[in-house]
Amino acid sequence: MWIKKFIPFLIFCVISLALYVGLNLNPGIIPSALINKPIPEFSLPVVGGEEVGFSSADLIAEDEVVLVNFFASWCAPCYVEHPYLMKLKERGYKIYGVSYKDKARATNKFITTQGDPYYKIAADEDGRVAIDWGWSGVPETYIIKNGVIKYKHVGPIHEMEFEDKIMSIIESIDQ
Amino acid sequence: MIVEIGHYALILACLLSFIQGTFPLYGALNNRGRLMALSSPAAYGQLFFVTIAFASLMYAFVVSDFSVANVARNSHTLKPMLYKVSAVWGNHEGSILFWALILALYGAMVAFFGRNLPKTLHVRVLAIQALVGLGFYLFLLLTSNPFERVYPFPMEGNGLNPLLQDPGLAFHPPLLYMGYVGLSVTFSFAVGALIEGRVDAAWARWVRPWTLLAWCFLTAGITLGSWWAYYELGWGGWWFWDPVENASFMPWLVATALLHSAIVVEKRDTLKSWTILLAIIAFSFSLLGTFIVRSGVLTSVHAFATDPERGVFILMFLFIVIGGSLLLFALRADKLTPGGLFAPISRESMLVINNLLLSVAALVVLFGTLYPLLRDALTGDKITVGPPFFNIAFGLLMIPLILVMGLGPSTNWKRADLKGLSSRLSFVFAASVVVALALFYITSGNDIMAAVWLGLGIWLLFSTIFEWAERIKLFKAGSLKRMGRQPRASVGMTLGHLGLALAVIGMAGTSYWNTEYQGIMSHGDTVSISGYDLTLKDTDGIIGPNYSAVRATFDVSKDGISLAPLSPEARVYLTPPMPTTEAAILSTLRGDLFVVIGEANSEEYDKWAVRLYYKPLQLWLWLGVAVMVLGGLISLSDRRFRMGSPKGARKA
Repeated sequence: MWIKKFIPFLIFCVISLALYVGLNLNPGIIPSALINKPIPEFSLPVVGGEEVGFSSADLIAEDEVVLVNFFASWCAPCYVEHPYLMKLKERGYKIYGVSYKDKARATNKFITTQGDPYYKIAADEDGRVAIDWGWSGVPETYIIKNGVIKYKHVGPIHEMEFEDKIMSIIESIDQ
Repeated sequence: MIVEIGHYALILACLLSFIQGTFPLYGALNNRGRLMALSSPAAYGQLFFVTIAFASLMYAFVVSDFSVANVARNSHTLKPMLYKVSAVWGNHEGSILFWALILALYGAMVAFFGRNLPKTLHVRVLAIQALVGLGFYLFLLLTSNPFERVYPFPMEGNGLNPLLQDPGLAFHPPLLYMGYVGLSVTFSFAVGALIEGRVDAAWARWVRPWTLLAWCFLTAGITLGSWWAYYELGWGGWWFWDPVENASFMPWLVATALLHSAIVVEKRDTLKSWTILLAIIAFSFSLLGTFIVRSGVLTSVHAFATDPERGVFILMFLFIVIGGSLLLFALRADKLTPGGLFAPISRESMLVINNLLLSVAALVVLFGTLYPLLRDALTGDKITVGPPFFNIAFGLLMIPLILVMGLGPSTNWKRADLKGLSSRLSFVFAASVVVALALFYITSGNDIMAAVWLGLGIWLLFSTIFEWAERIKLFKAGSLKRMGRQPRASVGMTLGHLGLALAVIGMAGTSYWNTEYQGIMSHGDTVSISGYDLTLKDTDGIIGPNYSAVRATFDVSKDGISLAPLSPEARVYLTPPMPTTEAAILSTLRGDLFVVIGEANSEEYDKWAVRLYYKPLQLWLWLGVAVMVLGGLISLSDRRFRMGSPKGARKA
């Protein structure tokens, strides 16, 4: 039974292999069950009004890549990501903004002081639509083509990820 | 300049550890006295140079030298002096340097106290100790240099996480590290013995005090962390099965098993290869704990350095140290001849059951900790394993363990008489069942598990006292004299078991009978909880050295008699900005009254979010652990185990 003595060593090998794989995983990545699924159906009012801001039909009607960004004026990381949304706008991408659980006045102030990167803005005051989107926190950005969710970015888009990650993903989906 | 001296000293220590880990090892193989003679001076030299390195880093923190990157990231001029000093080990680089310092300290202790060991074993143990140290020095110098400068340097530092600015936490890491690293000595002894190919009672007598020392530190360190979580995090929990808590708990479980199996090796010359394996695994868990904390491989509140590059380095180091020693074990363990035989009912088999249960418990904790990672690596699913799993799986293993713990000390070595044992202890068992049921009835409890755990604690308490009373023949002539003449090791055992009994009773009380109140209070409001009446009297704004806070004052009374007022605080630290709570706790033997106040509600004046907890028997948990550590220390002072005593001075 010489093999018996090797059992602790073999168990350890398995554990260290798992740890090695684990090192290359990012515990911050939260996968979405909605990737490659059609967007949920919704219709949201404009900020501080009754008329429709935009709805799922607007997104489906787009034939190029568009982004849906959940934000709020009370969310500090949203200020961090704001300049990169402006950059996306400059490069000609349409961003649909959803103001999450926020007051109309605060949202408008946010837009006027920070700049408006959005193509259209709608308000999700009770947060119901965000739940349908499998949302996990503001800010959160979805990349959509032909009404299908292609990618979901959790948390703010920041400098380190903008060119390497977000732009390269958008461009690869665009093709 | 002083910082550069520290850096240089660290490099010298690294070189010395290389010398200590190689030449004497070769000398021991070929019996070259001169090469072997290198090892002790090298161990002292290593300690000297690491101490200089550590002292210069501490100097940089004390004078707030922000040109050192590490100081700039983790300190601040406004911080009280205690936290400037504790910030030295409150960050990644500094804590690894601290590891290396303690490792060198233990190395020097082995060099000094081990002068009477067989020369080749002594040299080999020191060499292994030095090779482990070499890994840490290289890790420091190559990936996490604490002496790195920044230019241009900032005028002010970032500050230390406010949650860590607490006296309890200033001393939690040093104690824990003394425990973690203390296991390196038993590890070195185990690997040294494997190379040597000989394990005997003398070897076990050598290993036991080191295990005991590490165990005492680990126990105290873990509990200090738990105590900190209890009063600082502000929701009255004391154990969360967080990956990093588990990382410190696993070595403790294995060290506890090792403590017991070393007794069997010493007294009965058997279970040798098992004991060697436990010694290797105990230290492996220490290293694994460090890896988990430092690499960010698991998400945890403790992970303050998430850097995959460092992770790869530690993993490689881990693989060499643990994998190498386990491989050595596989190849050499056959050389260890098995010793005395024992009957199924005997002290030995009781200790074997203890060892099995503790090892399986450690495996369960390991599995629960790593399962999310394994699952993620294999399938990509994100899951967490929480307290329900651990409480059930771990709890089920502890029930038989505590039952056996009550029996073990009353059982004879080699072969015990089952009938005699059961007739002596069945009375004790019946008494504990009756007491547990009576208490259960009085408290009108509704959870049967409360009675089970309480009963287990009482059984352990009674059986330990019973065994002690039998040993000294209490109430018979000369019992006091016999009490005085008990070997300190057995007094230590009694206290250790007694302490666990108290802790188990405390755990049962605080887990099953706690009550809480959460609500909004205004000035003059009164809330009653578990017989206490609390009135919110006053709220004041106060300014501390590096925080501002709201301090609330509660008048406390019980049965109409007023007690000292309680003043919880809600603090907001300035650097980095962060709110924390300072709970106010009224501790008595019956239970803890725990008051937490939330942040002020800016919109509605005079509405305060208040949480009150009543935690019965919470103090018993802390007292129990204190008694356990006391038992360990008394046992450590036993003359027979004194580290300097020559081998075989007294036959066991």
